[in-house]
Order: sequence, then structure tokens, then C-alpha cells
Amino acid sequence: MVKHPLDGIRVVDFTWAWAGPYATLLMALLGAEIIKVESMKRPDHTRLRSLMAGPTLGSPDHSTVFNDINLNKLSVMLNLTKPEAIDIAKRIIKTADVVTENMRPGVMDRLGLGYEALKEVKPDIIMLSSSALGSTGPERTYVGYAPTFAAISGLAYASGYPDGQSSTLSGAIDTRVAATSAFAILAALNYRQRTGRGQNIDLSSSEAISSLAGEMFLDYSMNRRITERTGNHDTVMAPHNCYPCMGEGHWVTIAIATDEEWHALCQASGNPGWTRDKKFSTAPDRHRNREELDTLVSGWTSRHTEYEITDTLQKVGVAAAPSLTGEMVDKDPHSRERGIFCELEHPLIGKRKVVVPPWRFSATPAMPPRAAPLLGEHNHYVLGELLGLSQKEIARLKEAQVVY
Amino acid sequence: MGESALAGIKVLEYCQMVSGPYCAKLMGDLGAEVIKIEKPRLGDEARRRGPFLSDIPHPETSGLFLYLNTSKLGITLNPGTPAGKNIFLALVKDADILIEDTTPGTMERLGLDYHTLSEINPSLIMTSITPYGQTGPYREYKAYHINIYHISGQANFTYSMPPTSKKKDHSQPPVRGGGYVGDYDAGLSGATAAIAALYRRNSGSSGQYIDISAEEALISLDRVDIGAFANDPSAGQRRKGMLGGLMACKDGYIVVVAPQQHQWEALVKLMGNPEWAHGEKCRDEISRVENADELQPLINKWMLQHTRDEIFHLGQSYSCPVGPVNSVEDVFRSAQYRERGFFVEIEHPVAGRQSYPTASYHFSESPWFANRAAPLLGEHNHEIYCGRLGCTEDELASMRNSGVI
Repeated sequence: MVKHPLDGIRVVDFTWAWAGPYATLLMALLGAEIIKVESMKRPDHTRLRSLMAGPTLGSPDHSTVFNDINLNKLSVMLNLTKPEAIDIAKRIIKTADVVTENMRPGVMDRLGLGYEALKEVKPDIIMLSSSALGSTGPERTYVGYAPTFAAISGLAYASGYPDGQSSTLSGAIDTRVAATSAFAILAALNYRQRTGRGQNIDLSSSEAISSLAGEMFLDYSMNRRITERTGNHDTVMAPHNCYPCMGEGHWVTIAIATDEEWHALCQASGNPGWTRDKKFSTAPDRHRNREELDTLVSGWTSRHTEYEITDTLQKVGVAAAPSLTGEMVDKDPHSRERGIFCELEHPLIGKRKVVVPPWRFSATPAMPPRAAPLLGEHNHYVLGELLGLSQKEIARLKEAQVVY
Repeated sequence: MGESALAGIKVLEYCQMVSGPYCAKLMGDLGAEVIKIEKPRLGDEARRRGPFLSDIPHPETSGLFLYLNTSKLGITLNPGTPAGKNIFLALVKDADILIEDTTPGTMERLGLDYHTLSEINPSLIMTSITPYGQTGPYREYKAYHINIYHISGQANFTYSMPPTSKKKDHSQPPVRGGGYVGDYDAGLSGATAAIAALYRRNSGSSGQYIDISAEEALISLDRVDIGAFANDPSAGQRRKGMLGGLMACKDGYIVVVAPQQHQWEALVKLMGNPEWAHGEKCRDEISRVENADELQPLINKWMLQHTRDEIFHLGQSYSCPVGPVNSVEDVFRSAQYRERGFFVEIEHPVAGRQSYPTASYHFSESPWFANRAAPLLGEHNHEIYCGRLGCTEDELASMRNSGVI
């Protein structure tokens, strides 16, 4: 039987939206069994709507957003407003290794599902709580989403064009928080493996993003400098930008670090007169006159496709790459060759292309993607097989809206 | 508190700049012993990138290098020499994890590919982090942060909030994320894979090889947006956006995320319950977005009359998801960050005492701890070569003279 890195690990997942579910998605793709605890009373809102997905959906089982971020998971319905559902949740947790949640700090405690309570049930449980700003400090109750995490972290301020607004980047801010959560859980699993001890992990989403901008904070510490936006420019490299190519919406990125690369670029572009201009003879000159240089480079790039420019420049050792949209990523020859997308069948959505796991293991491969669960799809497995409840008992729990 | 989560784990790093060093730092700050191998004389390329202390370029005062290399021992070594290669092999023999970021094919040419290394250390977990991975037509392509960020699709997915009737502006190119964010992402992805493999290995499996592509790390993070367009190129036309978003206020900028009904109601409360917010046009999310051209300016106007602090704290008191657009200085001064101890002071022999970001995760049992500042170039040569590998002082001097270290 093929082994996966996290075979045998069970995660009880109370997270929703993006920042929690992507963490457990990564664990699912590493082979862990993820039991997502959901309810009609409190459905994951990505089942019904999404910031970017357009109109609200009528069914909780047709959301492509939910699908793409909850692959390979199981779903059990538990209405956590009912005391009996809390008891059942604890019985599931008793069989588990990890619990994840991203409710507002304090909510899990009030439900009787805080770390202290769960430790009673399962002494070596690892619990990860991910919140907007962490579960301690004066702003611990504050709420947030990807754009506010990016804003508060300091990264948004330093992203975007100098003469424009900051950029809060994309939904990948949430998934960055989640990627950090997955790393922290794995570290705790390694610790438990060595010591037998579980623990609680309190994660601040905004801090997770700040950690990805370390050098900016060092600049402030050393020089009291505030990192400002530079668009696609670099602080020392030039040319360093995203240049127009043939056709609307087609762009290529080029970055030049050394004189050698500069001379290669000059030659590849056919040595036009401006490449010999004194204004561009040294790296500091090129950086000082980068706006003018960008216009001249654009004159060359705009007569070619982004792939022609990339190919020409890579052949002479210059870093260049097309700037792609989602559909272009799908069609890109390298993506195709690496198999970055795979197609799966969802019972209600139908065929859907999804992104494969981002790691290639030689011995214990990641899991091939499976469709996300329908709401409550695994009620029987979790309640019947795992907890040993009878059909009759499950029917009663449904009737009482405990399993709901 | 017990010992750190990865105490006792030995990591060998043969990397430069951001991705590989961040990957190893993540483990080092959780207690793993990291030995960082740098090129003799030149060292890690990050030593030549700023920001520098007082803006004076110096290989020991790069803020980028200092941040990414805490909790590491540093040695210099040229594995391209026969003696250097033997030392590399001796270090691998004792390592749990090797992180390397050379262009695909390089380790093979050096005779240090996974196949060779796994023979001397079958339990080794070797992780290669490169821009495009070990296979595929771009595997040897040169790439800096800007290239990877853009080719992954992420530059095209900056949320265009708030919604307006304006068409997408095609005159300005897509823009990358600030700093080196995409390079950090690749490092984090590599660290996760490496310690997942470590967990498996310590449950009785062998070591293994892991191929990390920075491009794929970024594509995976934006899987929802990229997937939407890969499945349906017209997905953008249905994207309505939302009211609020990033707006100017009296003393800076603020972000409001309030598409859902209860969030909208909180925003209305924050704005003092204006009459217009109770009209038919604000009835539900769809009608609010449809009337964005009329409604958004009213929200903008209110924001301009209030400060970041007012909007942030009052808004949050109503549970409205709102956040100020902070500069690094604002973050440094944040009471919340202070209270949680997000910044820690670390003393470095050349760069002095500086404030460093720590980590976003607080473990109740196994603490995060930067146990030392970034190493000086070759700082631990003597300790590692003489102390651990048993070289004599003479051998060390001769390796130094011949450019091995």
C-alpha cells in the first residue's frame, strides 16, 4: 500500500472560510484524515457565497470555491448549539490527533470545546486556534479577513504602485496564514512524536503575514525607514519590471541584476542605439534612470509575445517570465508538463480542474485530489463506524437536530 | 514549557537569498540545529542586498540576511573541490534534512545528488527548492522574485475593491506583492514538506527526496482564483466585488470587508446609522453591489472624516471587519503586537542590537526561540571542522588557503 506522509493522523476541523480550511487541505493532501464539523445552522459561508464568486448559491453543495479549498476531506454535521452535539464532538476528538478552529477567541471555550476541556478528553491533543490577531492582547476579539490581515501586517502598505493605492494582494493572504498554520501543526506533531505531549497553538493571522516581510522590519529597526511601495521596481535592480507585449493584457517580467545580464539583454534586443547610452552604462545609472529605460525596453517587448521574449532572454541567461492569468497558467507548457492541474469529478458540480499538491515526494507521495465533501456526506462513517452509534440512534439525533 | 518542537533535528542548508534560508530558519527557530553552508569569501547573495545598517553596504549588516538566518551556525565551503566535496558528504552523513536551492543538475554535477547522498545516509530527507522544480521545460530558467510572482498568476489577482463601473485598466501592468513575499512562500512550503517527511521517517519510513517548485507553491496558494479562471475564462465577468474595501480616511487608509448582512449592519452602525443606508438600494448584498457607484462615494465620504484609529477600534467594537493599512512603523507601535511580544531584540556583533519579527504561532509547550543572531561569514568553521569533523588546525589553515573553505 502506498504510504503518505501523514497516514494515520486524524484532524477534527472546526474551521471555515479560507484561512482555516486551506491549512487542513494541506494536511489532507499530506495524507491526514480531516473530519470537517459543519452544520446547516452554521454552514461554511464559502458553501453559499464568496467575496469573489458572484451570486449567492442556493445549495451548500454546488460551491466551486468550497470544493477547491476542501478537497479530500470528510464532512459530519453537528449542530454545536445543542449540548449533545458537543458531547459527540468530544467523542470524535477522543479518536483524533489534531483539532483546528478559527472562530473568534473565546467561542470554543464557551462551547465547552476549548483546549483545557479537550485536554481532559484527549491529553495529547494538538489544538490550533487561528484568529485575526491572536487570542491574547487588547485586540484579541477583533475580527478580520484576508484584506484586513494584509493591511494590519504591514505588507499591503508596501505592495502596489508608488503613486497609487496599496494593494491588499489576493485571497492568497488567507492561504498564507493557513500555510503557516499547517507548518506549526506539523512541528507540534513532530514534538508529540518525540515527547508524547500535545499542546495548544495560538496563531495570529496578521502576524503570520508580517513574518513574510522580515527585511522591512529590520530596515525600520536599523534605519527607522518605512518601506514604501515600488510597484514592479526593485530597490537596486534595473531593468526590473513587467513590460507590455503584443496584444492587450499580455506582459513579460524582466529582471537584471548584473552587468553580464545587462549586456545579454542589449544583445538579445538587437543592440539598439539606446543600449549604448551613457545613462545606462552602470547598474546605479540604470537604476537612477529606470523609468526612461523601462520605456525603451517596452518598445522592444511590445513587438513580441511574452513567450518569445522569455525564450530569447533565457537563452542568454537573463531572468524573464510571462505574467500570467489563471487561464494562462493552465495553458502554460511548463504547467502542463508538470501536471499542475488535475481533473476530478464532483457529484453535483461535475468535472472540475483543481490544482495538485505543491510538493513532489519521492517515497511517500501526496494524495491525489478528491472532490470536497457534500454537507454531511460522512455522517454515517463518523457517527456509525467511528463512534459506533446505531442507525436508530443516528436517526434520533437527526430528528432532534443534533445532527443537522 | 518544554524544549522546542524540532530540538535534536539536524538541518544542513546549502541555499542563498530568501526561499531556502527562510525554510531552514523556520526549523532553526523551532530548535533544529541548522548548519548553513556559504560560498567562501562571497557568502550568501543576500549579504549583498539591502537594507543595510545606516545604508552602508557591508556583508554582515544586511537586514535581509540578518532576518533570514537567525538560529544558524555558519560555515564556508566550496563543494566543487575534492576536499570540499568530502566535507559536504561528511556533513550529510550526520544530517536529518538537507535543503538546497541550486539550479537543477548542479548537485548531480557536483556528485552530490540524492541518489549518491542517500547511499551514505538512507534516512536523509533532501529538499530542493527551485523556481520551477526539477522537471519541465523551465527547470533551468533563471528567476527572481518578480518573475515567479507574475508567472504564478498572483499578480493578476489583486482584489479590485471597491467595485466600480469602470472597466479593468489595461494600461498599467499587473503588480507583484511587496518585498519577497513569494520567495518566503516557497520556503514555507518546503519546510512543511520537509517536516512532514521527517514525521513519516520517524514513524519508520526511510528518508526521501522532495522537489519544491516556487511557482507551484504560489499557484497552490491562489488555487481558488486560479482554478476559477482555469475552469472558466469568463469567471471575471461575474465577479461583483463588494462595497467598502480599501479607502482613504482622514489620516491614511483603511480596509473594510463587509459583504455579508451582519457585517454590513456593523458598518452602518459605525457610520452612525445614516438614513441612506436603510434605503431600498442597501436592502441586500446584490442590490448594494448593483448600486455601488452611488453608495461607495457615501462610504468614502464618511471615512475621510474619521481617523484610522477611530474607524478601526469603533468599527471592531461593532464586530465590523476593518483594519488600518499599517506601515512597518505602525506595526512596530501596535499595542497588540507589543503585548504579544511579536518583536524581539537580538544582539549581533556587527549589526548591533536590532528588533526582529518572531513568529505568529505561540506554542503552549514547545517555544519559538531564536537562539542566536545570523552567523558571520565562516563564523563556525573552527567549531564544525575542528570540533566535529576532527580537522587539525593545520588542515583548517590549508583548506582556507586553497579556497576549500
